[in-house]
Amino acid sequence: MSENYTALYEQHKKAGASFTDFGGWQMPLKYESELAEHHAVRNAAGLFDLSHMGEVWVSGPDAAAFLDYALAGKLSAVAVGKAKYSLICQEDGGIIDDLISYRRAEDKFLVVPNAGNAVVVAAALAERAAGFDVTVEDVSAETSLIAVQGPHAEAILLTLVPAGQHELVTELKYYAAVEVGITVNGAVQDLLLARTGYTGEDGFEIYVPNEDAAGLWEALLEAGADPGLIPAGLACRDSLRLEAGMPLYGNELSREGNPYAAGLGPVVSLAKESDFVGKAALAELKAAGAGSTTGRKLVGLKGLGRRAGRSHYPVLKDGKVVGEVTSGQPSPTLGYPVAMAYVDVEFTEPGTTLHIDLRGKAEPFEVVALPFYKREK
Amino acid sequence: MSKVVAELKYSAEHEWVAADGSGPAGIGISAVAADALGDIVYVDLPEVGATVTAGETCGEVESTKSVSDLYAPVTGEVTEVNDAVVSDPALINSDPYGAGWLFKVAVAEEGPLMSAEEYAAANGGEL
Repeated sequence: MSENYTALYEQHKKAGASFTDFGGWQMPLKYESELAEHHAVRNAAGLFDLSHMGEVWVSGPDAAAFLDYALAGKLSAVAVGKAKYSLICQEDGGIIDDLISYRRAEDKFLVVPNAGNAVVVAAALAERAAGFDVTVEDVSAETSLIAVQGPHAEAILLTLVPAGQHELVTELKYYAAVEVGITVNGAVQDLLLARTGYTGEDGFEIYVPNEDAAGLWEALLEAGADPGLIPAGLACRDSLRLEAGMPLYGNELSREGNPYAAGLGPVVSLAKESDFVGKAALAELKAAGAGSTTGRKLVGLKGLGRRAGRSHYPVLKDGKVVGEVTSGQPSPTLGYPVAMAYVDVEFTEPGTTLHIDLRGKAEPFEVVALPFYKREK
Repeated sequence: MSKVVAELKYSAEHEWVAADGSGPAGIGISAVAADALGDIVYVDLPEVGATVTAGETCGEVESTKSVSDLYAPVTGEVTEVNDAVVSDPALINSDPYGAGWLFKVAVAEEGPLMSAEEYAAANGGEL
């Protein structure tokens, strides 16, 4: 696997990061303490390097119609300025990736796939573009992505935005994006600012050319020092997103799974008039009751003891295997172990007691509704 | 760099042993291991009176991101367990050779142990 470094690698080294391979990228796992980083995001703010994510521009007169065909959601219904969470599926309904698409103009979208899938998604989009008047341009290699997440994120960001543009930020709704002036290296630059994130907190994701990424990173660190912003790595990103009940591709989502089992049925627009890749298979799965009356369904499990379930551990009911954990760890915010697991649908009613086989010992867990953690608004 | 304490002996599985021959040996895990595990949130230790066997598992250490078996570096009877570390496992990260000690054993036989120099050479860490 190739080893990629983000434009912020030197900043991470300087901050004392330990690194891990993620989707072929050397990414900061943590700087000092992943628990401290987790709590900083919940209580103040954290700064994330997400430059390993992909960025693919889809533009042209058929852009909306093309994405309606290529993705499971109805992207043509998205207003300019807004974003939509969607899936790109195979013909058989299996999930190639989950991604966010930002509509930047009537005929222009920015599609953001996950790190490990960026190349595959860009290729799938290019292939599906045949017959549409559309251009698919993968700009992942030139683009960095920096996220500032947490209750103080807005105040921190405003210190870098000219006063005349503050309303653009304060009025920006969740799952929307805007071009806004942000001070980087002493100069105000127009950058794409999105109010999205993967932590369960309020926060922003900023798209920036590679050459300006370090300047923006340093500026945000300095602006956020007082309210307690610290750089945050992938370890806390995982515990944050798990508490927020957000699926991770490769854990909860895969080509072998399907959107209904993953609880993502509402993301699939079978009502779209036009055809889309995977539509027939997904319609069949839904009609068969996938994830509701048949097969397995993704649930939240709350640990009743102190030990945590981990990915791939078996889930038991009366000693019989009825599921498998996809993600699990002790929740730093809640103080008890949490897990997501695929479980046979008959045992997925909240309140059901199940067990996780923790290396030979069965520990009790209770089925609970997702997310585990929801911020106060 | 993680600290390696000169006066202690170490197992290949990253436990340290404080044995000067004058009583039960204190046992804990090295700073190298504690740093690699990340923030430790749960520890399962053998009970007082239990016999542990060098090289065999006798408990487990769980961090936010993973879980690891705890191996006994010596054979003998457990004489004392650090209750403070059971209720506050973060002590293992903050003070692995002090307040984060795990349990004590009346040593019948030592397993294969390394000197601090040998352990640091094999695992990194700073004497």
